[in-house]
Amino acid sequence: MSEIPLTNILFLSTGLFFIGVYGLFTRRNMITMLMSVELMLNSVNINFVAFNKYLYPEKLDGIFFSIFIITIAAAEAAVAIAIIINLYRSHHSIDVEDASEMKY
Amino acid sequence: MSHPIYIALIPLIPLACFLVLGLFGRKYFTNSAGIIGTLGLLTSTLISLSTAYEYFFVSGKVNGVFQKIEVAKFTWLQFSPGVSIDLGILIDPITVMMLVVVSFVSLMVHLFSLGYMKGETRFATYYAFLGLFTFSMLGLVLSSNIFQIYLFWELVGVSSFLLIGFYFEKPSAVAASKKAFIVTRFADLGFLIGILVLSFYSHTLDFGVLIERLTTAGSPYLTAINAASFLGVSGLTWGLLLVFMGGAGKSAMFPLHIWLPDAMEGPTPVSALIHAATMVVAGVFLVARLFPVFALSDPAALNVVMYTGAFSAFFAAVIACTQTDIKRVLAYSTMSQIGYMMFALGVSKYNGEDGLGYMGSMFHLFTHAFFKSLLFLGAGAVIHMVHSNEMKDMGGLRKLMPITHISFLIACLAIAGIPPFSGFFSKEEILMASFESNKLVYAVALLTSGLTAFYMFRLYYSIFWSKPADTHHGHHGEGTWSMKIPLILLAILAVVAGFVPIASWVTADGNAIHSSVPITFSILPVSLAIAGILLATRLFKTANELPQRIAIQMGGIYKAASRKFYIDEVYLFVTKKILFNLIGRPAAWFDKNIVDGFMNLLAKLTANLSELIKGFQSGKVQDYALYFFGGIAGLIIAFIYLWK
Amino acid sequence: MSAASIIFYLIATFILGTGVLAVTTRKIFRASIWLLFSLIGIAALYFWMQLEFLAAVQIIVYVGGIVVLIIFSIFLTIKSGDEMPKPIFIRSIFAALAVLFGTGFVVRLISLYTFKPNSTTVFNLNVNQIGTQMLDTKNYGYLLPFELISMLLLAAMIGCIVIAMKSKDKDATTFQNSIQ
Repeated sequence: MSEIPLTNILFLSTGLFFIGVYGLFTRRNMITMLMSVELMLNSVNINFVAFNKYLYPEKLDGIFFSIFIITIAAAEAAVAIAIIINLYRSHHSIDVEDASEMKY
Repeated sequence: MSHPIYIALIPLIPLACFLVLGLFGRKYFTNSAGIIGTLGLLTSTLISLSTAYEYFFVSGKVNGVFQKIEVAKFTWLQFSPGVSIDLGILIDPITVMMLVVVSFVSLMVHLFSLGYMKGETRFATYYAFLGLFTFSMLGLVLSSNIFQIYLFWELVGVSSFLLIGFYFEKPSAVAASKKAFIVTRFADLGFLIGILVLSFYSHTLDFGVLIERLTTAGSPYLTAINAASFLGVSGLTWGLLLVFMGGAGKSAMFPLHIWLPDAMEGPTPVSALIHAATMVVAGVFLVARLFPVFALSDPAALNVVMYTGAFSAFFAAVIACTQTDIKRVLAYSTMSQIGYMMFALGVSKYNGEDGLGYMGSMFHLFTHAFFKSLLFLGAGAVIHMVHSNEMKDMGGLRKLMPITHISFLIACLAIAGIPPFSGFFSKEEILMASFESNKLVYAVALLTSGLTAFYMFRLYYSIFWSKPADTHHGHHGEGTWSMKIPLILLAILAVVAGFVPIASWVTADGNAIHSSVPITFSILPVSLAIAGILLATRLFKTANELPQRIAIQMGGIYKAASRKFYIDEVYLFVTKKILFNLIGRPAAWFDKNIVDGFMNLLAKLTANLSELIKGFQSGKVQDYALYFFGGIAGLIIAFIYLWK
Repeated sequence: MSAASIIFYLIATFILGTGVLAVTTRKIFRASIWLLFSLIGIAALYFWMQLEFLAAVQIIVYVGGIVVLIIFSIFLTIKSGDEMPKPIFIRSIFAALAVLFGTGFVVRLISLYTFKPNSTTVFNLNVNQIGTQMLDTKNYGYLLPFELISMLLLAAMIGCIVIAMKSKDKDATTFQNSIQ
């Protein structure tokens, strides 16, 4: 594996991140937007792990950060889904285009 | 110190009455408001009298000269180490005299109103306003500095506005109150500028210091204010004339007199209080207050006072001869008598025996207050009975209203200057002073004196004679005792007030004046007055055609006089035609098209711009995410490539 | 090209491909399944990097937890067979432009930069070591963040319950009325 340079892994995570960004911008469904956010979080995790492994092999901080991010992602997903369900109750829809009361 | 602080109670008691009656009167004191107000003022009057006794007989005189005593003073607004606005109480002869006059006349009016205003729905409010007015007037005479006097001056104006417009259901009363307020307010503008000019150069607002600085020959302040000049007139003259303008407005001097006749729309006791005895003499009081400056430093300004006073006296007397509304006759008569006081100040000098005019003016102010408020109250009693202001509705009332008749006659004799009634003495002093100083003014004064006797007796005969006594059946009687007692008291004073030794009490420099008017000097004015009375008797004692014929023969002059010489029309022409068309309209056009237009343009631009950019605020979360991304990208680029 | 690098490229292609499908498919249930695959691919990447512990955490938390949660909420809110509405055209244009620009920019930055390893020791992940350092209070210990995260999880749990709890009927109707 040593012939795969760090940059390639970074390219991978960049690609995954912007796939998530694209999904966040275009998806109209709240749940799919949440999925896009999960993709973005994972790409960041990959970065942390890769930096830790390639650049600071004697430390473990990258690993810890990705563990914490996974934890927070779980909490975030739970809160987001609670919000989505609440939105569904009040609007009978989870399309973000329908929830646009907060405009001019 | 024998002048304790309780002098402050004199104005404060009416203020308390005003607050209590104004706040709670309509609810709790609907009927007892009059009693409360009258009792309060009785207390004030008693304190005033005791103060006067204390001042004139016990403590006021030091080495034979009456002193100016500052009883109390506290600093209110400190501008710079030397200049501050204070509130204080200043006691000197004119203050003490005015205290007695104001509180006493006000007490009489309070008492009279108990009967006159009985049954009014806003009875308590009326007494509250009377209390406010009395407070302001007493505060005015007690003021120790020129700015404090200005404050009370405006308060007097406001309470006068309220009282004139008391019958606010009547459009004429509303118009009259507005007119009085606007005209006097306009004059007060001059007063304020005058105060600023005087205090700017003398670096003080305090009367005592101001007078000292502006009268001491060679003082730096006097030099500075004389050196300043505007339009060829020195700063001192400007300042004094502007202050006099304020006084002229309140005292209804020509040409600022137009509000006074209209102000008769107020309740008659109010006219007796405000437009006879107290507020209208505030202008005289003001000039008297600053008299040392006028007399010692600026004779030119004093000349203006003299000629304005003399002209107003004569002018008003002529108009008074033609009016048919009895209150208007009295109003013009008031104006004429105040003109007397003004020119008496104008002909006076400062020192010793030469201060005769000043003394005469104050003396006349004193006596005039009593007989003129008596006349107004008498007129009020008459109006109360016949429910009309017009002479033609009256006549033959002497049997029905004996007390009113007698007291009115006494007042008429007093104002005509027949000995031994009070007006005689004060008028003689004034005539003497003007005779010694300015023959032209003396001639005008003599003529006016004759006219006064004529129109007063025209009024008297029209009310009480002229028709058979049984014309007025079915009317109620003369009125309650609360209305008769003030008439009787004031009548007694109108007889004896002339024997009060004002000459040894109220003088310009505090020294007593001992000169007496020789008996030969009195012959001419008294005979003129008697001639006026006889002429009036011939014309008006019984109804006849003669006055009508004379009026027709006089033609234009009579008409002009009865239309008050068209002064009101001139004012209307100036304000409506000239000011309105030349200044008001262009200003309105400018305001509407340029100022408003600019604002509208701004508003329109803002509205359009916001219409344009409000799309950003779409309420759609993904739009916001895109903007957010754009912002972050911009920041990152800026940090990486621009932040080296 | 060694086997290891071939495996890496395969994994990378798998991750990106399923990721793209996850954000573009019109059926929501399929999207969640593609997401599942993408996450499994990331776990595989961790295996490839010999981070077995992390790979296990990834599978347990993401695959076993979050994706299940997402599928659960899909069933609660949407008829899963229907096609989702198309994305708004103008916005997808802008999104594509933003994504292309961002990708190009970041890729350029990465390729211009030369990364240098800090030391030459071989990276060797030991689960024992992770546990020790996680609960260590001395140098480089992570006890405080660990405690904070546990508090955060508790707060999030309570928050979820409060938010998702069905309010009383009256309140709900008034709320709906106010929303229309």
